[in-house]
Amino acid sequence: MLLRRTTDWPTLNWKSQFEELDRMRRHMDWLSGGLSRGLFGQPTAGVFPLMNVTEDKDNYYVRAELPGLKADELDISVTGDNLSIAGERKIPVEDEKAQYHRREREAGRFSRVFSLPAQIDAGKVEARCADGVLTVTLPKAEAAKPKQITVKVS
Amino acid sequence: MADTESKALQAKEKAEVTTPAEETRPGVVFIPAVDIFETEKEIALLADMPGVKAGDLNIDLHENVLTLDGEVNSPEGPDELDVIREYRMGKYRRQFTLSQMIDQSKIDAEMKDGVLRLRLPKVEAATPRKISVKGSS
Repeated sequence: MLLRRTTDWPTLNWKSQFEELDRMRRHMDWLSGGLSRGLFGQPTAGVFPLMNVTEDKDNYYVRAELPGLKADELDISVTGDNLSIAGERKIPVEDEKAQYHRREREAGRFSRVFSLPAQIDAGKVEARCADGVLTVTLPKAEAAKPKQITVKVS
Repeated sequence: MADTESKALQAKEKAEVTTPAEETRPGVVFIPAVDIFETEKEIALLADMPGVKAGDLNIDLHENVLTLDGEVNSPEGPDELDVIREYRMGKYRRQFTLSQMIDQSKIDAEMKDGVLRLRLPKVEAATPRKISVKGSS
């Protein structure tokens, strides 16, 4: 009876310990595979809204798909090289008597802080919302811009 | 309703169309998320199609099959280089079979901030009428 009790105890059972480790390992694999790996093998945070970040010589461009949101419903702020986007997507209640056949669009709050790879000029950041796509243009700080160095001919 | 409004939104990848028919044009096709509801007078459809301009949306109703087709033009400039790409861009397509009670001449569509609102009014005959039953007493 006593023997049975000790073997039933999960931490004393070597088999279940290994099973637990295995489960944890699989969970970690799932986490690293499902969340921190993006569409093209790049890391993503898995936080709403999903963002595409691009850069050119002078600016960084941060884009997010936010259908139905107006520019004034978004709270965008920049501190140092961090960009934070927060807001709430509201789906107004339709006719009380309406009978729903499909309800796939989701409403809710969101907030995301994004760290940019280089210093930006916080004073010149612009945000624009067009056709449900938010574009934040973040000019790079002078120090972060690539500089063309001309080789002098002696 | 207050319950759903205060919840936090989860990041979700867009669902891709998987059709047996092969696409002849390159690019991915996504299924837009929709809300469809019916009132006494009409059926309304709301679809999230971020990036689609009013002019790039094609709505076609042919033999009771409603097709929504939205083209997306990339907002990115030619000189932009990728830093991080978390979502993909592509067309949107979705089809619905409608019942015959839609008054096809009165269909109204509006595209605003990437959300399509389509009104499909029912034909007069299909709107429910209250029939009063006369009693003999």
